[in-house]
Amino acid sequence: MALLLRLLARIGRTFLGFLAMFGRLFIYFAQTLSHIVRPPFYGREFALALVNIGWLSLPVVGLTAIFTGGALALQIYAGGSRFDVESVVPQIVAIGIVRELGPVMVGLMIAARVTSSIAAEIATMKVTEQIDALITLSTNPMKYLTVPRVLAALITVPILVGIGDIVGVMGGYLVSTYSLGFNHAAYIQNTVSFLEPLDVISSLVKGAAFGVIAALLGCYFGMNSGRGAQGVGSATKSSVEAAAILILACNFLLTGVFFSL
Amino acid sequence: MIRMEQVKKTFGSNAVLRGVDLHIPKGTSTVIIGGSGTGKSVLLKCILGLVKADSGTILVDGKDATKGDRDAFLARFGMLFQGAALFDSLPVWQNVAFRLMRGSLKRPRAEAREIAIEKLRRVGLKPDVADRLPAELSGGMQKRVGLARAIAADPEIIFFDEPTTGLDPIMAGVINDLIREIVVEMGATAMTITHDMSSVRAIADDIAMLHDGVIQWTGPVSQMDSSGDPYVDQFIHGRATGPIEAVR
Repeated sequence: MALLLRLLARIGRTFLGFLAMFGRLFIYFAQTLSHIVRPPFYGREFALALVNIGWLSLPVVGLTAIFTGGALALQIYAGGSRFDVESVVPQIVAIGIVRELGPVMVGLMIAARVTSSIAAEIATMKVTEQIDALITLSTNPMKYLTVPRVLAALITVPILVGIGDIVGVMGGYLVSTYSLGFNHAAYIQNTVSFLEPLDVISSLVKGAAFGVIAALLGCYFGMNSGRGAQGVGSATKSSVEAAAILILACNFLLTGVFFSL
Repeated sequence: MIRMEQVKKTFGSNAVLRGVDLHIPKGTSTVIIGGSGTGKSVLLKCILGLVKADSGTILVDGKDATKGDRDAFLARFGMLFQGAALFDSLPVWQNVAFRLMRGSLKRPRAEAREIAIEKLRRVGLKPDVADRLPAELSGGMQKRVGLARAIAADPEIIFFDEPTTGLDPIMAGVINDLIREIVVEMGATAMTITHDMSSVRAIADDIAMLHDGVIQWTGPVSQMDSSGDPYVDQFIHGRATGPIEAVR
C-alpha cells in the first residue's frame, strides 16, 4: 500500500511539475510577444538569427526532403501496386509531403539543429555570466536574445517548409520518372492539379508554429539552465525533447483544425 | 554613496546573507573579503538587482536601488565579472563599446570604436586586439578587456568581482595596479570582491569582512593588520585554525 502511495505521489509530482513547466513556458511566450512589439529592436541579432536559422538550415532541410520524397514515392508505388492504383503516386506524394511530412520533417530538423544550438549557446552564456553582463549593460536579455531568434524562426521556418515541400515533391518526381517509369509532364501536371491552396497554407502555418516552438524552447531552456557543463547539457537535451514533442502535438492539433475546414 | 541595511538573502534552506549592514562612501575603494561561498558575489548582485534580496534596504545616493528607472540606475555602474563574461560572438572592440552602441548612451559606430580602442589602450592592450574575438585572447587579456568594458562609459561606480582569480602573480599585479589607477583617475566609487590579499592591499581604501552572512569587521586598510578581530586575523594570515571553520 505504501509503495503504491509513493508511486502515485511520484506520478502526481511529475504531472504537477509538467504543468508548472508548461505554465512557465506560456508566461515566457507571453513575455516574448510583449517584447516583440516594444522597442528597442536589435537588427544585427535579428539578421544573424535569420542566417543561422534560415539560410544555414537549407542543406539539411533539402537533403532530408529529397530522400523522404523519394522513399515515399517508392512506398506508395509498392503499396499501390497491391490494389492496381500505382498511378496515384504523384497525388499521394504531393499531399503527403505538403500536408504532413514536409512541415513535420522540417520542424524536427529545426528542433535538432536550431533548438539545440540556441539552448546550448544561451545556457553557456548564463553559466559564464554573460546574461548578467547583458543586464548590467542595460540590455534586456529577452529583447537581445529571445525576440530576434523567435522572430527569425517565425519568418524563416515557413520558407524552409515551402522549400522542403518543393524539394520533397521533386524527390518523388525523380524517383517516379527515372526509376518507376512515370511520364515527366503527366507527373508534374497531376501534382499541381491535385494540390489545393489550403494544403499549401496549412503547410506554411504549421511551419510558422513549429518555428516559434523550436526557437522559444531553445531560448527558454537556455535561460533556465543549471550550473556548469552538466547544466548546459541538460538544458540542450531537454529543449530538443520538449521541442520535438510539442511540434508533433501541435502538428496533430493543427491537422485537426485544417481537416475540419 | 551605497548603503545596505539588514540585507538578507536565502537560497532554499541556505541563508547566505543574514543581515548585512555596509556603507561605501563616494569616491572610495572598498574591498569585501571573505572565504569562498560566504555570499560576497550575492551581495554585489543584490546591489545591481541581478539577485533580489529577501529583505533589507539598499540605497544608492539615498535612493532605493530596487525602484525607479532601471536603465538610468544601471548606466551609473560598470562591472568586471570574475570570468570577464565577454560576449563570444562579438569582436573585442564591440564588447568594450557594447553600452555605447545601444540604449541611452548610444554613439555613432565610429566614435564608439574610437572610445573602445582608447579604453583598450588604457588597460594596456594594443589597437590590433580590437578586431579579435574574445576566444583568441589569453585569460589575462580577457580580464583587461572586461576592465575596459567596465570603464567604457565612465561609470560613477565600478564593481570588480574576483579581478585576479585565475591569473599568474605578475598579471594579477598588473590588474591590481590598473584598477587602482583607474579608480583614482576617474574618481569612481569602487567595490571589489576578492580573497586575494595582495589585491586587497593594492586596491583597498576600506575593507569589509563578510562571514556567516554578516559584516564581521569594517575599517580602513591601514588598520587591517591591527584590527584585533579574530576573523580578520585568521583570514589575512591564512590560518587553518580560528573562528572560521576551514571545512565549509
